[in-house]
Amino acid sequence: MWRALAVFVACFAGGAPAQERLLPLSELRSGVTFAGANVRAMQADDLANPGMLWVERGETLWNRSAASSGKACASCHGAAQTSMRGVAAHYPKYVGDASAVLDLEARINDCRTRRQQVPALARESEDLLALSAFVAYQSRGAPLAVSVDGAARAAFDRGREFYFQRHGQMNIACTQCHDQNWGKRLLAETISQGNPTAFPGYRLEWQSLGSLQRRLRACLFGIRAEMPAPGAPELTDLELYLAWRAQGLPLEAPGVRR
Amino acid sequence: MPDARISVPQEAPRGKPFEVRILIRHPMETGYRTDDTGKPIPRNVVTMLTCRYNGETVFSARLSPGIAANPYLRFFVTARESGELAFDWVDDRGVRGSERATVTVV
Repeated sequence: MWRALAVFVACFAGGAPAQERLLPLSELRSGVTFAGANVRAMQADDLANPGMLWVERGETLWNRSAASSGKACASCHGAAQTSMRGVAAHYPKYVGDASAVLDLEARINDCRTRRQQVPALARESEDLLALSAFVAYQSRGAPLAVSVDGAARAAFDRGREFYFQRHGQMNIACTQCHDQNWGKRLLAETISQGNPTAFPGYRLEWQSLGSLQRRLRACLFGIRAEMPAPGAPELTDLELYLAWRAQGLPLEAPGVRR
Repeated sequence: MPDARISVPQEAPRGKPFEVRILIRHPMETGYRTDDTGKPIPRNVVTMLTCRYNGETVFSARLSPGIAANPYLRFFVTARESGELAFDWVDDRGVRGSERATVTVV
């Protein structure tokens, strides 16, 4: 009975209820709402949205069999339009097989090495971006809904700590811009709430599609902080915290941002 | 690998202009940038794009390094008869790309 009670208490203590968020759902805004009309139009039109070039390429890769195992993504998962529907909205996620919290890119690489028996793709490589964009595209419009309980809790706590920790030569924390000063101007930019709904997304500054980790590294570079390497656990933890913080907002991948 | 995304209406009324849109996958490297070691990255942009409508050139454009990566073009063509729109382009390295789209005139 004590054990049952302990589990009961853990469920409540371990859960991160929505009201803990600094911004309630009614105040949450996607980054695209801070962009100009032309960027919004570019994102809304699938033919003008360059991110769709990666989605198309991802579909080709999804169906291509690996030489070593003869397996394609489609061999196990079938048509992504049904099997991957809503999946990306739950990432980053604790994956038992890997005993770690993985973001979408890491999950694809985990599947490649474990099931397809092919080498992992490099972070920010065209092929990995194409696959993650294609998978994320199947969840377009699905509200972000990550799990931060149980095994994912430690990563979530680390991500939250990172978010509120001051970093770099400018000595500022994520929260100072994205919770306390969103909507105000930073030179030519309007500060967004830092909701990760666009990614993998096309950023005009990059002239390319990029992952959320690339965006986070760019933010850290901007405040003159040390940038964790692509794929570093600190970035995955932060991705998880940001996804939880934005839960309820629909995924836009591939989004378009300045 | 698809090199471009094209949008033309499936059906177009005869004698009326219809909208053609094309998004080409290309880095449009300006030639003004350097890589991480300081070495200049050679210029590589799409220099020429043509669109032929049943063999006849109806649109052509010379592109320059001032145009962003993954160039997007939009223009109008007058519907005369059902047939094929053939897009061909070439970049500084001499790499050629082409795509086709069909339109039915009603």
